[in-house]
Amino acid sequence: MNEFLHQLASGLALGGVYAIMALALVMIYQATQLVNFAQGEMAMFSTYFAWKLTDLGWPYWRAFMVTVVVSFLGGVAIERIVVRPFAKAPVLASVIVFIGLALIFNALAGWIYGYSVTDFPTPFDGPPWFGQRYMSAHESGSVLVSLCVLMLVYAFFRFTPLGLAMRAAAQNPTSSRLVGIRVGWMLAIGWGLAAAIGAIAGMMAAPIVYLDPNMMAGVLLYAFAGAVLGGIDNPFGAAFGGFAVGVLENLMGAYVVGSEVKLSVALAIIVGVLVWRPSGLFGRRLVARV
Amino acid sequence: MSRILEVRGLRAFYGPIQALFDLDFHVGEGGVSALLGANGAGKTTTLRALSGLIRRQGDIRLSGKPIGALSTEAIARLGVAHVPDGRGTFTDLTVEENLRLGAYVRSDRNAVRRDFDRMFDYFPRLAERRRQQAGTLSGGEQQMLAISRALLMRPALLMLDEPSFGLAPMVVAEIFRILAAINRDEGVSMLIVEQNASLALDLADHAVLIETGRAAMSGPSQTLRTDDAVRRAYLGY
Amino acid sequence: MSPSPAPRTLLTLAVFAAALVFPFLASGYHLYQGAQVLILAIALLGLNLLTGFNGQISLGHGAFFAIGGYGAAILTAKLGVPYFVAIPLASLVCFGAGFLFGFPALRFGGLYLALATFALAVATPQILAYRGFDAWTGGSSGVSLMKPYAPFALPLTTDQWLYLVCLISAALLYFAARNLVVSRIGRALIALRDQPVAAETMGVNAALLKTTCFGMSALYAGVAGGLSALAVGFVSPESFGLALSLSFLVGIVVGGLASLGGVLFGALFIEFVPNLADQMSVTFGESAKALPGAIYGVLLILAMAVMPAGVAGALRAVVRRTVHSR
Repeated sequence: MNEFLHQLASGLALGGVYAIMALALVMIYQATQLVNFAQGEMAMFSTYFAWKLTDLGWPYWRAFMVTVVVSFLGGVAIERIVVRPFAKAPVLASVIVFIGLALIFNALAGWIYGYSVTDFPTPFDGPPWFGQRYMSAHESGSVLVSLCVLMLVYAFFRFTPLGLAMRAAAQNPTSSRLVGIRVGWMLAIGWGLAAAIGAIAGMMAAPIVYLDPNMMAGVLLYAFAGAVLGGIDNPFGAAFGGFAVGVLENLMGAYVVGSEVKLSVALAIIVGVLVWRPSGLFGRRLVARV
Repeated sequence: MSRILEVRGLRAFYGPIQALFDLDFHVGEGGVSALLGANGAGKTTTLRALSGLIRRQGDIRLSGKPIGALSTEAIARLGVAHVPDGRGTFTDLTVEENLRLGAYVRSDRNAVRRDFDRMFDYFPRLAERRRQQAGTLSGGEQQMLAISRALLMRPALLMLDEPSFGLAPMVVAEIFRILAAINRDEGVSMLIVEQNASLALDLADHAVLIETGRAAMSGPSQTLRTDDAVRRAYLGY
Repeated sequence: MSPSPAPRTLLTLAVFAAALVFPFLASGYHLYQGAQVLILAIALLGLNLLTGFNGQISLGHGAFFAIGGYGAAILTAKLGVPYFVAIPLASLVCFGAGFLFGFPALRFGGLYLALATFALAVATPQILAYRGFDAWTGGSSGVSLMKPYAPFALPLTTDQWLYLVCLISAALLYFAARNLVVSRIGRALIALRDQPVAAETMGVNAALLKTTCFGMSALYAGVAGGLSALAVGFVSPESFGLALSLSFLVGIVVGGLASLGGVLFGALFIEFVPNLADQMSVTFGESAKALPGAIYGVLLILAMAVMPAGVAGALRAVVRRTVHSR
């Protein structure tokens, strides 16, 4: 039983990472109908950036904050410079562009920071919280950070004028323009937010999966699985899906298939959900208008 | 009177296809102009061209300022509120959120609050449905919502595309009555596209009849109302 | 569609003739690369049928390539089946797998299918390396196989013979695809891509056609995988990862979606441009070990910027302009 609770609890820690990555993926999907396959590599690159700062002696939280801000700005820049020109191109052309971006970030990280696996610091050192035995301090902290991100993003979209404008721009770009919203910039800010969220995800994941240029590929896949499970058009359903996938992955890995084929679990989840209920747990049923 | 909107030689294109051919018309300051014509004549195209939603050429001036090369959002920020055909409601957002979007570009919070109240005075049904999802409103209510959202922009020019479309006559009458009141009491200039010529000519002081992308007739609405050809073709008697 | 039949047939024959002569002019690594281009072209033909003509996006065709490869390897190396039986057998298995995968694929459209196949691609190496299948798959070390000798004592080296096998397969499969695309079935596939609801109301059996199309494209990938196994001499889990599936996608987009002739350009691109990126990165010096990936990524983005409709699309535009200017 103890072991089970332990697997459950640490599944929540990585699940939190998947949850906020899924949130970032769905945000971009809702605004652009495109899935950013480069999200994972961008997050990894941000994490390396943070690592470099701490390596230079910066205190953790300052490095964290600066990384988040720089990632936000980077996301905005990428959208404006690389993604925007392909807005009117066929969908698959954009997919190829994202693949190209992913390759670039992956290679750049390897080039700048090297390929050896590195330790990444965690601000949540010390003994497990509340004296329990199921989650390490970092795992608890990671879940807390994930929940904070989810709440902040929710509050941003629900209660701020900018968040409202971004939601409007994603749902109905034409009507948004007609009320004076600069839809192009809304998209750019969306990318910036997604990049910032990805950076946080990477920094939470790194102490668990260790920092190397390929660390986020698996995370990205699980985030997809979470987004599909929760509903690709429902950001918070997707986040729930992320947590669920994290727990499922751990439990399956420990009790059913062994850790070598855990990625197959993600595949099974995606296919299973899509066969049973394509709109996911919380997504809307889509009716095709003839 | 001076003109809030002056259009000369307007041409509009859907891709390589030209839809409007050298259209001339205007809207007087504080006045109401109507664009009449049958289905497919080019009325909606005209509004889309004015808002910069499609490729256009020509001399378009808002209070003397040329807007023919500006983006849609820039034109909206200059004070042109366009209620598109189909109403353009944000169906997944609440009534309240739709209205807040109308006021998005404004910074005068107190005036915005007062304007909210005034909209709810004009359209009490919207107040009742404040927190409801906009997509669940009836056609008439969505039209009221769209007009309110446009008015919350404090526009210099309100452009309406087929406000009567798909609505029951009683509802239409109510909406046009309110539009007349808004024009009279607040001095908002209006450009209305309507298939229902009779209603439009009642409200407007100036009208343009569009046929296949060209202006067939234009002048004071009284003139068009009494013109035989127009009467037979569009008013039905 | 594109230039009138006569120039196209001439072009096809010219390309075929050049390809036929090639193995007698080149040798060693270049010959191997030539065979690889043909193999990739076969895989791209299959994927293009599915994605370009039928609109179903697959990011996971590496999995069917793997089934073909492992199937051929296991049949020849462990069961002694001759290669010219093993490869068709393995590809039939692929057809079945693709056909079966096509059923759940019916229920989800574009994006979901892309995600599901993406997951398939990522999971494939893990499944291949799974210890439980060790006896057959050789676990993480894989399976080796031998290149076949030329039959009837023809004066050809194994490399040349392998190349010719690839060429013959590619030619046959190309003609099969071309016939399919211009037939009624082909038009139905295209209709399903562009206007699925309307197509169905006109009597097109969407479910059957789409799953069959999936099966066909998997079959092509399987043939390619089998030939690749022969060419390389072994199969192992790492060769069939996500990068492979993504390179197939790159290939059909760069070549030109829904362009059968374009797959040749696509195959050339994915075979040679990574090498090009390698060479370019050398100019940046020693530490640029990682740079080829970045350069390749930049080249991909540039390729899309310059030719969003692929090489075939760009060529068509050039032809259109020269025709119009006359």
